Amino acid sequence: MNFWLELAIKLVVAAGIIPVVGMIIGFAEMKLSAKMQSRMGPYFAGGRWGWAQLIADGVKFFQKEDLIPADADRPVFKWAPALVLASTVAILVPIPLGPQVVGRNLDLGIFYALAVSSLSTIGVLMAGWSSANKYSLIGGLRAAGQLIAYELPLVLAVVGVVILAGTMSLTGIVEAQASWFSERGWQFGLPFVVVQFVGFGIFMVATLAELSRIPFDMPIAESELVMGYLTEYSGFRFLFFFLAEFANMFSLSAIAATLFLGGYWVPGLSDAQLNFVGPIVLFAKIGVLVFAMIWFRWTFPRFREDQLQAIAWKWLIPLSLANILATGLLKVVV
Amino acid sequence: MNVGDWISHPANWAFIILGLVVAGAAFRVVTSQNVIHAALALVATLAGTAGLFLLLSAEFVAWVLVLVYIGAVIVLFLFGIMITRAPTGRDVALDHPRKAWATIVALGLFVALSWGSLRAFGTTELANQGEPTATETVGLSLLGRFVIPFEAVSFVLLAALIGGITIARKDLTPAEEVEREAR
Repeated sequence: MNFWLELAIKLVVAAGIIPVVGMIIGFAEMKLSAKMQSRMGPYFAGGRWGWAQLIADGVKFFQKEDLIPADADRPVFKWAPALVLASTVAILVPIPLGPQVVGRNLDLGIFYALAVSSLSTIGVLMAGWSSANKYSLIGGLRAAGQLIAYELPLVLAVVGVVILAGTMSLTGIVEAQASWFSERGWQFGLPFVVVQFVGFGIFMVATLAELSRIPFDMPIAESELVMGYLTEYSGFRFLFFFLAEFANMFSLSAIAATLFLGGYWVPGLSDAQLNFVGPIVLFAKIGVLVFAMIWFRWTFPRFREDQLQAIAWKWLIPLSLANILATGLLKVVV
Repeated sequence: MNVGDWISHPANWAFIILGLVVAGAAFRVVTSQNVIHAALALVATLAGTAGLFLLLSAEFVAWVLVLVYIGAVIVLFLFGIMITRAPTGRDVALDHPRKAWATIVALGLFVALSWGSLRAFGTTELANQGEPTATETVGLSLLGRFVIPFEAVSFVLLAALIGGITIARKDLTPAEEVEREAR
């Protein structure tokens, strides 16, 4: 296939997947939250189940005036949401939907994904500072403190998987899981969550913290910070942040599913079949993880700032280091 | 190689654009009157440098630059600036009486480094053109041929870490110790 045609198709898919997935997850969050609180949730838009609610919301955001506070640092204020969304789109590049269905099978796969996901921290800090608002600044600072603290366990939790798979390529990691027992002639593989359950737990907790979702939502705590760094944003710039949050839920869950749950792979299908079934399988696994995130939101109360930092530095990081040590020992011994 | 050949190679265009971005952003870092803008310009400088590493097939180094420098070091910079002094708008106090000397030193460093690199690698061609260096190769050379420098660097980092903690921690007087125990 022509290089430019291939590039164009991939760009359109990536650009399309962000709003679509963002809307689906946003709607799921509204409906599931309502269910868990014995409410109806969105009901009128679109006729049945209020399915058009988020489309209506999106249109509403685009109609709104693009407000920028008088004291704000205009260029920084304007570019912050774009940076956050750009890092979200960039994460999608190495995630495989099937053996050949992938943006680009990077040799550095997971390392690249973690590197670009850390860019959104800068966007959050830019937004918090440039708003010229005390709530925003405190929210931005809390977000930065939290993201620095949880970046470490997130990266360290992945190391165990990389040791087992012997590669950082996400496609390679899925293949390693699919062919785990192939030396013995067994047809089924091994999702790494079975041996890396500690790493999986750390990764999911750190993911929740990176997304600033409850119980780790100190940076945007509505009741004390009126949404933190988002306070001054409205209209389509707010929509950018909103989309980035839900799309990040999707992409980080996709990475977790790929690393620990076998990604696009299911037992008993050939590579050619997996190219078509793979995306559905991966989306199903992502769906389970996203559901768990929404579920946590209505289950746990918010952590205090000091508890939040203590969890990262005193528990998750030592635990993930111990996990790396144990995995390395097992790799050598077994 | 003549100028026509050089200019018709797309990689050279990428080099020119990235070089201009890096140089322009680096200039903004030192001339900006606002600390935050300077730090953000440093982000652009580092991102451009990562792009230059990508051009040189050094994928791993490029993304390490993004993860460690942009994702962690700059974030700590911004965090530190915002927690201490973060006025929006112009910070006119940002100047230095010895900037003439600093310019001379910077220019001298630039000349020395470019002369040295041109002398050392002026006509060297990349061994693996068009293919990113495999992470495996980087890892094997780090833990094979370069294992002693690698370990030395990690030792230095550990020493710096311990030093940082020693400076930052506040030793309690015996009276404060008792008070803390009581709490």
